[in-house]
Amino acid sequence: MKKKNENQAEVQERIGVYVCHCGSNIAGVVDVSEVARWAAQLPGVVVSRDYKFMCSSPGQAMIIKDIQEQGLTRVVVASCSPHLHEGTFRGACERAGLNPYLFEMANIREQDAWVTSDKTEATKKAKALVAAAVGRVAHQQPLEALLVPIDPNVLVVGGGIAGIQAALEIADSGNHVYLVEREPSIGGHMAQFDKTFPTLDCAACILTPKMVSAGNHKNITLLTWSEVEKVDGYVGNFTVTLRKRARFVDESLCTGCGVCQEKCPKKVIDEVFEAGLGYRKAIYRPFPQAVPNYPVIDKNNCIFFEKGTCKACEKFCPTGAIKFDQQDEILTIEVGNIILATGYDLFDARKVSNYGYGRLANVFTSLEFERLSNAAGPTGGNIVLRDGKTVPKSVAIVHCVGSRDKNYNNYCSAICCMQSLKFAHLVKEKTGATVYNFYIDIRTPGKGYDEFYQRLIEEGTLFVRGKVAEITDVAREPGEEGKLIVQVEDTLVGKQRRIPVDMVILSAGLQARADAKEVAQKFGISCSADQWFIEKHPKLDPVATMTDGVFIAGACQGPKDIPASVAQGAAAAARVLSIIGQQQIQIEAATAIVDEETCVGCQQCIASCPYQAIIYLEDKGKAYVQEALCKGCGTCVGTCLPKCISLKHFTDDQLVAEMVGAMRTMKEFELIPMEAAA
Amino acid sequence: MNTEPKIIGFLCNWCSYRGADGAGMARLKYPPNVKIIRVPCSGRISPELVLRTFREGADGVMVLGCHIGDCHYSTGNHRTAKRMPVLKKLLEYSGIEPQRLYVNWVSAAEGEKFANIIHEFTEQIRALPPFRETMESRTPIEIKPAEKEAVWTSA
Repeated sequence: MKKKNENQAEVQERIGVYVCHCGSNIAGVVDVSEVARWAAQLPGVVVSRDYKFMCSSPGQAMIIKDIQEQGLTRVVVASCSPHLHEGTFRGACERAGLNPYLFEMANIREQDAWVTSDKTEATKKAKALVAAAVGRVAHQQPLEALLVPIDPNVLVVGGGIAGIQAALEIADSGNHVYLVEREPSIGGHMAQFDKTFPTLDCAACILTPKMVSAGNHKNITLLTWSEVEKVDGYVGNFTVTLRKRARFVDESLCTGCGVCQEKCPKKVIDEVFEAGLGYRKAIYRPFPQAVPNYPVIDKNNCIFFEKGTCKACEKFCPTGAIKFDQQDEILTIEVGNIILATGYDLFDARKVSNYGYGRLANVFTSLEFERLSNAAGPTGGNIVLRDGKTVPKSVAIVHCVGSRDKNYNNYCSAICCMQSLKFAHLVKEKTGATVYNFYIDIRTPGKGYDEFYQRLIEEGTLFVRGKVAEITDVAREPGEEGKLIVQVEDTLVGKQRRIPVDMVILSAGLQARADAKEVAQKFGISCSADQWFIEKHPKLDPVATMTDGVFIAGACQGPKDIPASVAQGAAAAARVLSIIGQQQIQIEAATAIVDEETCVGCQQCIASCPYQAIIYLEDKGKAYVQEALCKGCGTCVGTCLPKCISLKHFTDDQLVAEMVGAMRTMKEFELIPMEAAA
Repeated sequence: MNTEPKIIGFLCNWCSYRGADGAGMARLKYPPNVKIIRVPCSGRISPELVLRTFREGADGVMVLGCHIGDCHYSTGNHRTAKRMPVLKKLLEYSGIEPQRLYVNWVSAAEGEKFANIIHEFTEQIRALPPFRETMESRTPIEIKPAEKEAVWTSA
């Protein structure tokens, strides 16, 4: 529907408007053909069409054809959020030879069709949003994006399985990786596990070769016992400041022989790796296969640091590697891309006080059980009660502890069902005990997962459907003395049951790292309400973030099992490699610019800039924006009183035209008051 | 004449605009009175832009940004936090109800909060007379000659 415009005199531009149906997403609520018909009379509009899917190839081809044949100088697409398809349509304009910054989007899906119940009102709102975009686009100016080279080095934060996988993929491609880990060794949670579901291959057997590869790789710089302090820069050119905490061991001299650990007189409960079930020394490496295998001195527990005397480790070290005077090192590295794989924290089962963890000795958490069952763990793989010797005859496994519970976390932790099934199998195999699983729903979506569940049923594991109300040691009936009693409503039978057992395992859920928010701020990304890092798109861009050059992988994005974490680690690596392969990247063209004629040199903008991108030219007495440093926030524009600094693509003219477009449309429809219309 | 409130919302691109998108993705319904204009950062919103919007006849203006500490540009919204309360005072001083300007923080995850804010603010504006009536009924601020003189001499 092409139409000549009468208001041509006002606007010189030839504007094309495209209203998307998005199947029935928009067209089901908004009268799209009416919007397109109405838009045709807006100043400057020479083409106005509606189409089923503007983002499809025919939709884009339509825009390209009109630009070329109708000589369009501006394009407006009214469809979904610009966060979804701005890039798509900018690309289409560019292919047709139109500067991508001469394109504007009206968000009539997320901010209209999906949120407005009344169809008439939704159509009016769509018109106002289209009028706003048409008003704005006429004022838009062509911009050229700045091209900057990409530093091929990559930072991977977090040395769990996701981070290791990402680091290995990138390192194998020939690019250099800095793998930063907070703990003394890489390996993450997976290193603590015994077996992995559903194949029951041992976690260490499949993980340690990867850890060793990461440790030996010529393209990986391993920085354990280290943390990121500060991140500056932008995609392609980040400057990262790291703190390499003092290990008190000279890494160049240490051979990892382990004599220091043997000789150290100070025993400490290992709360991290052994989940509080075992001991380590004050100088320690978390586990024998640790990578790197040199130890670290725990300053808070070392006798020398406490009392000024001991130095047993130093005396016995055959290579003189112990250095008590070592200081924290601050390192600065340059990288082009960053992958965050910071993992998860286990839900603190103490919070569910009615389950008695921390109060009743034989209530264990899932991580404690992993260590109990692990052949390299504190009991040598014997599943025993807290006394260290009694083998349980009956074991209860409680699912969904801290998950799917409005008192704690609403979400499903995704791994606990399979983990609980694995525990059930291991208990049965190793002790022959009677095993009860208390579940709300069994969730086994995954390759070979449901088959594993069926196998467990065949093995004779008992399943009780119901959320456990209480775990107590107060016996009420004969046979309950000295036992832990699981009080539960069996919802399949429809009655209350009291089941006495020797041992309870709480399948605690996963939650975001306690410092996730702090970390997100450091890297300029966002957290969800549950503190998981937010991906760019939940389905189509799961490992990218809203910050270019910062990617996420593994459980830091949400609960995930090992295969999913590995897949994300590899996916993030692939995304990074595709950026590195481009060698240079376009950075935001919408930067601030100073009008030297009117600038009075008050320097208010300089004070307001979060990036120190504006400098004062002494000779001219004017402010000057350094384009490569400017990120285009426009805070300086909001600050400048005489209006002599402006932000490209978000100029006052453009924003006012957008606002006026929306306001005038609203006023046009206001003539009929709501009450009169009803 | 009773009319539907006309509201313009200036939302930062990274948190609040995404929060508004989130409300859409969750299909939360809210009144259609607010038309959203996307700006990179709430710090971009100069007081003049808000005043210009009122001049165009808006009954209400919303300024939404990232929570303090979450700003995509690290400290852009600190400026908003300082600037907007001053602007409210200025509105009040010029006889415009300060509650016509709404400032709040909405993260990308807070679609529900966004929808609630729209409900509340639309009702808040509905309770006020249309903006042009406010403008017509304003009593001009009297400046006494002596004060006026004092202003001139000090300048």
